[in-house]
Parts: sequence; C-alpha cells; structure tokens
Amino acid sequence: MKFNKNALMMTLLKSRTFIVLIILVVFFSFASPTFLTSKSLLLIAKHVALYGILGIGMTYVIITGGIDLSVGAVVGLSGMIAGGLINEGLQMFGYTLYFSVPMIALITIICGAAVGVVNGFLITRFNVAPFIATLGMMYVARGFAMLRSNGATFSNIVGKEALGNTGFELFGRDIWGIPVGAIILAVIAVGASVVLKKTPFGWHVFSIGGNERAAKLSGVKVNQVKLMVYLFSGACSAIVGIITASQLVASHPASGESWEMNAIAAAVLGGTSMAGGIGTIGGTIVGAFVIGVINDGMVMCGVSEFWQMVIKGLVIVLAVIIDQFQRNLQAKMALQARSKDAVVH
Amino acid sequence: MENRDGANDICLHAQNIDKLYPGTKALDQVSFDVHTGKVNVLIGENGAGKSTLMKIIAGIEQPTAGELFLDGRQVSFRSTVEARRYGIGIIHQELSLFPNLNVYQNIFMANEKTKNGCFLDNKKHYALAHEVLERLEYPIKPDTLVGNLRVGQQQMIEIARNLIQEGLKILIMDEPTSSLSEMEVEVLFKIMRELTAAGISIVYISHRLEEIMRIGDYITILRDGKLVAKASVCGIDLPWIVRQMTGEGKSYPKKDHSVDWAGQETVLEVKDLTLPKSGGGYLLDHVSFDLKKGEILGIYGLLGAGRTEIFECIMGLRPEHTGTIVMNGQEIPVKSLSEQIGRGFAWVPEDRQREGLVQTLSIGKNISLSSLKQYVRGIFLNERMEGKSIDQMIREIHIKVADKSLPILSLSGGNQQKVVIAKGILTSPKILLLDEPSRGIDIGAKTEVFDIINQYAAQGLPLIVISSELNEIIAIADRIVVLSNGIKTAEFTGDEITEDNLVLASYKGHHGHNSKEKEFSGHEIQ
Repeated sequence: MKFNKNALMMTLLKSRTFIVLIILVVFFSFASPTFLTSKSLLLIAKHVALYGILGIGMTYVIITGGIDLSVGAVVGLSGMIAGGLINEGLQMFGYTLYFSVPMIALITIICGAAVGVVNGFLITRFNVAPFIATLGMMYVARGFAMLRSNGATFSNIVGKEALGNTGFELFGRDIWGIPVGAIILAVIAVGASVVLKKTPFGWHVFSIGGNERAAKLSGVKVNQVKLMVYLFSGACSAIVGIITASQLVASHPASGESWEMNAIAAAVLGGTSMAGGIGTIGGTIVGAFVIGVINDGMVMCGVSEFWQMVIKGLVIVLAVIIDQFQRNLQAKMALQARSKDAVVH
Repeated sequence: MENRDGANDICLHAQNIDKLYPGTKALDQVSFDVHTGKVNVLIGENGAGKSTLMKIIAGIEQPTAGELFLDGRQVSFRSTVEARRYGIGIIHQELSLFPNLNVYQNIFMANEKTKNGCFLDNKKHYALAHEVLERLEYPIKPDTLVGNLRVGQQQMIEIARNLIQEGLKILIMDEPTSSLSEMEVEVLFKIMRELTAAGISIVYISHRLEEIMRIGDYITILRDGKLVAKASVCGIDLPWIVRQMTGEGKSYPKKDHSVDWAGQETVLEVKDLTLPKSGGGYLLDHVSFDLKKGEILGIYGLLGAGRTEIFECIMGLRPEHTGTIVMNGQEIPVKSLSEQIGRGFAWVPEDRQREGLVQTLSIGKNISLSSLKQYVRGIFLNERMEGKSIDQMIREIHIKVADKSLPILSLSGGNQQKVVIAKGILTSPKILLLDEPSRGIDIGAKTEVFDIINQYAAQGLPLIVISSELNEIIAIADRIVVLSNGIKTAEFTGDEITEDNLVLASYKGHHGHNSKEKEFSGHEIQ
C-alpha cells in the first residue's frame, strides 16, 4: 500500500509546476476581475514568450552543468543592433547601408550567437568557469548596448517605405489573435525539445552534465557541444531582443536587465537541476508561465512592486525544496525497486 | 608456447615507452606485447605504471617517447576516439558512467544508433542493450537509471558498453572485478573466454592474483615504471609473481587464533537485526552477532548478501530497521548518523572516492575532517594542535607523504585508503567499522592496511571488517560471520575459518545453487 501512496505522490510531484500554475490562474481570476480577460491573457502570453525563449536556451546550458548570465544583456544589445540598423543603417566606407527586416533579424541573431560563441570559447578554451565567463560577457554586452547610442533609446523603429525596411513591428503583433512571440516560442520549444530528446546531440548535452570526464572518455566532443549550447543560448537571447524591441517599437539599451534571473527561475521551476544532467524543455515552458502569471497577476491585483519581488523569490526557493523532496522520494522508490530486483536475481 | 605461435600473433606492440610527469618518471623504457586472442595480464603494485601504460594504449595519454605498432604498422593515438577507431576499448578502473542517464543511454553514449541519420533509435538501443545484458547474464532493465544501480551492477554496464563496440580488437580491463561478487566474476570470465575465442585480445589488470592464474595466458610484471618480467602463465606460480612484484617474498601475516574470546568483555551486541525490503522479503533477516573488546570480526558474503546494510543499520542510516543494538550492556536507540558518531562509532565506507575523501582538500585536512571540533579554541581552529595530530596519525599508520598540505589525489590508492582510515581513527572511536578496506589497492598496501587493523585491535579497539576477498578476510579476522541473501548462515572461529567453509556458507541462503556450490568450492581450494 505504501508503494501506491508513493506512486501517487510522485505523479503529483512531477506535475507540481503545472498544478501550481492552475492554482495561480484560479487564484488570480478571483482576485482580479480583469485577469481572465483576453486582453490581459494576451499580455501575459507576450511576457511568457520572452521568459520562455530565454529559458529554453538557459535549460540547455544548465543541463550541461553551466550557467549563462549574459542573456539579459544580450537582449538589450540585440535590441540596439536591430533598432540601430533600422533607424540609422550601417555606416561603411562613407555609405549608409539599409537592410530589409528579415536581413536585420538574421544579422541580430548572428550577433547574439557570436556573444554565445565567445562565452563558449572562454569556457572551453581558457577554462574560465561559466559563471565568471558569462558574468564578464554580461557587462561587455551591456556596455556595447549603451555605447551604440550613448545610452539613448532608438524610438519609433518602424523603418521607411523608401528604404525598404518596414515591418519590424510585426514581431510584436498578433496573428489570428495570438502574439507572434508566443508562436515563435512554440516553434523553438518544439524544435529544442525534439533535439534534446531524440538526437545524439541531446544525449551528449545530458552526458556532459552527468559526468563530464566520462563523456570525454566516451568520445563525446565535449567542447564542441558546450560551444553549441552557449551559441544557442545567445541566439535565443537575440530573438528575445528582437521581439521585445518590436513589442515596444523602440529599443532601449537597458532592456532585458536581470532577465537572466527570470530565465534561470523558469528552468529551475520546470525541474532543471542546477547541478546539471537533468531537465526538460516542457518543464521550462511551464516554469515560464508560472513566472509570467505571478508577475502580471500581481500587477493586476495591485500588489506593490517590492512585495512582488519577495513573493517571486519565495516561490523559486519553494520550488527547489519540492524538487529535492521529489528526488529523495525517487531515490527511495528506486531503492525499493532495486531490492525487488535483487530477489529475482 | 611462444615459439609455436611466432611473432604474427602479436597484435599490438609497445616499444620502449617513456612517460614523464613533472617530477616523476611513470614509465621507463617499457615494452609490452598484446597477444592476439589471449588474455594478457599486466600486474604490478600501485604506482608501478600499469594504468599509465594502458592510458597510452587507449589514447587517453600520449607517451613522452616510444612507439606503438598495431598489426605491424606504427600508430599513434591522440584521443580515445582515435584509439577506438582502431578497435581498442577500455574499461576504466574508476567508473566512468552517467548517473543521470539510463542503462541503454550509458551503453550507447557517443555510439548512438539513429534513424535517418538524425533521430535516436531508442527501440534498437533498448533491444541491443537487453541482448548484451542477457549475454552478461545480467538482467537489468535497460531503462533503469544508472545512478540507482549498485557499484557492481554499474561495473557490468561499463563492460556491456565495450562489448557492443563494433570492430573491437583489443579490450583493456583495468581491475574490472574489484567490485564484483564471485558469481559475477564467473560470468565475466566466461565472457572473456568467449571474446578471446572470437579473436579479441584482452589486456587484464587485476590485484587478485588467483584470478590471474585462472584467466591469464601471458603475464607482464611492472615495478616502479620498469618492466621486470614477462612470462607465459602456465609456466609460473603465485609466489613467483609476488616475488617479482615486490622484489621479495611477501605474504599476509598469520593470524594468531590462540586468544580466548569467551573471557573478553562484550562491547557490542546486535540482536535480530532486520531490514525489510519493500514488496516482501528482507535485506537483513534476523541477523545477530556480538563483538568483543579488541576483536576483529569479519563479515563475508556475496554482493547483495546484506554486508554493507549491516553497517548502514548500525550507523543509523536505515531508520526503518528493527532489532536491538546493545553497546556496553546498554541498549541504544539507533536513529541518526550523528548520534552514532557521538557514541563512538567510526565508519570507513566502501567507495573511497565517493564517500571517503574530499578530493579538493589536502591530505592533512582529509585526515582531520571528522575531528575538527577537538581543535577549536574559542571560535578559531588551532592549526598547530591540528597539525600535530595529523603528523602523529601519519607517523602512526605510515602514510607515505612528503607534505601533508599536498592534494589528496597526489597519493596512491593505498595511501588514500590509509588517509580514510586515519580520519576514522583520529575521532578516537570505540568501535571501528571498515567496509572493504583493501579494495583496489596493491598487495604491499594491503599488508600495511592489515597491519594497521591488527595494531589497533591489539590496543583493544574492536573492529568489524567487511571483505569480499576470501584470503584476506581469513588472514585478518578472529571470527567471521557469513551472510547470504540477508541471512546469517554461519559463524566461524579458529580452525573452522577455511575458504571451503566460507564459500559454502555464503551460498546457503540461495536456493537451487547446489551445483554451483560444488563448482565454486572446487576452484577456491586451488
């Protein structure tokens, strides 16, 4: 009987973030009459898209046993790159080049990925601890974002018909009532989840977090995999930078500040282990929803900004405690299963 | 033997290999041959250079000088991947598995089968893993999480991993049996014979000399990084090997069985210790024993017999156990580890690397770790007092170390084990529990560890020693309790302690093993 109780407990624990999400939605829909309106749900979806995409890149990084603190700064930097290219173009050899919006998006993503590559190089080539390497790049990226305009905002980044660079605000709009950001999130989430679960690359990501030395000895190209993972995180940040600039129709060099924490929180709430080796994309998405609902729900209820911080912090710590509890229970159940096997053996 | 086969049957030849590390010469002009389809044994004490030589052959390390020839052609490997491409596989001494992944993921790591060259074919992984585990007679479900397996089971996964490698020509096994039970060793030997019959060459490193005599074809002995002897196994005997390894005749000290234990005071009494297993049955089934002052009590049994569980119960790690534990005539409620340490129990765990040492700390800090409280004055650590105790400990149990502030990993396995024992002894325990104290260390160091155990027993410290090596437990213990399948099947003292008796008793708790019993006792006698 005890076994059954454990099994039920386990199912509840495994879906705990989801349960928390449902509880939060129910709570806020009673607490604030505006919460369950399509307008506020759209707003939440827009925010969730941002944390979710950052969280996906972060999940990959954390599974390898690393961390990427530069994502928030890269959001700011890539917003500035995209906004600058639209409003001012690229000055080269005395000419000013203007690009079409798809080209701008591509360039921005490449720049974000490049920051990730630098992170990856620092970590794999020079053995800098991920925390330090990405902390350094966080300042560098934020600094460049400020330098781009001397701290000023690029406003009204809609482009000019004559220059052929209109349409940037599309990334912040809705299609068939769904925010484009959320659609991009869904596409990236499905792709990232498939790669993580169904391809050798995904296994290798998990193997590095589980036992890096063993991975190396097994023939996993550890450095290459790590480089790819940081590159991916950088690219995700750039995508978020584009979406958020597009949503605001302006790029502000300070945007994305401390978003790395939201990304980490989304991953951890979703069951990713900070020690590496464990995590899922689906979990991170649910985690991002929890963060989004808490943030916006509390705003709609009129909770003060300072109390919001306290509550968010407590939710994250609580999530990790429950996570540990689940792991202990899992180990206990495995032990029980193992002793059963031992009889057979 | 050798002239019959000629030179063609050497598939890998290492010529005059040198390997320099800063300050030491790990290998000095060593030449080594791997005979095709044979078990090539490599032995030597720890630090003799066996593992270094194997790492060079497997591409993990590169030689400072010297050449490798594979099938007559010169080769050099810059990585394990490259060596593997030539058909060289290695099973590492320290487990190198992924605890966060399942069995088949571990087996096929970096060797994945895919559909359309892109997506993992997990059905195939599952089926192939199942097949190879069947072949190993080890029915673990392929989707079990490896972190939840026992050390012995994990070792089997490590072996399975190499067996699925295509084009395997040479398999290097660095102490594969150190954590296996006798039964698992038998299966492993069967597999090894199958492999050699299929033309695969095996390089085998082991500290268990009896095994080498049974399974080996050719033997190469290293001492201090130099090649000392090479021979065909059929022409030599055990004492010869030991002489070559140590440079002198060495054997375990004989145990004096003349003490009258009945007259000694009883320190610990364990009555009806029972540890239930979920889903029915017991990990420990009403096990009772006692321990006298200054006595060395041995616990022998196969893997899964419940040896380690006894220590776990005594140390308070298994609060679900039942039964009574009486210490110095007083019944004690065993609830938590810290309480038990407070009562004077010290425990030297089985897995030295994972549970015994803090790899990032120095030798000295590892020794004083459990007894730091004694050296606190006010709020500060009195380093002079701490250092004095550490130095005394190092002297007392002869840890070979130039400087106690060196990293722990700079020591050989044997000296690391002594550090773990020193840590336990420094807490001035009333009872010392040692789980496999001689696992994975060389003969010289084993003898020294046994000397230490005897030395403290002579001072009146009661000890319980778990060992899965017959000759060792016979040499060290005054009395031996044999467990089988969670049941205490026998207790031997004095002249009753023989290999035959122990082996027979260790199979009693299993049903339907009669034929095996005969087979086992047969070759244990030698």
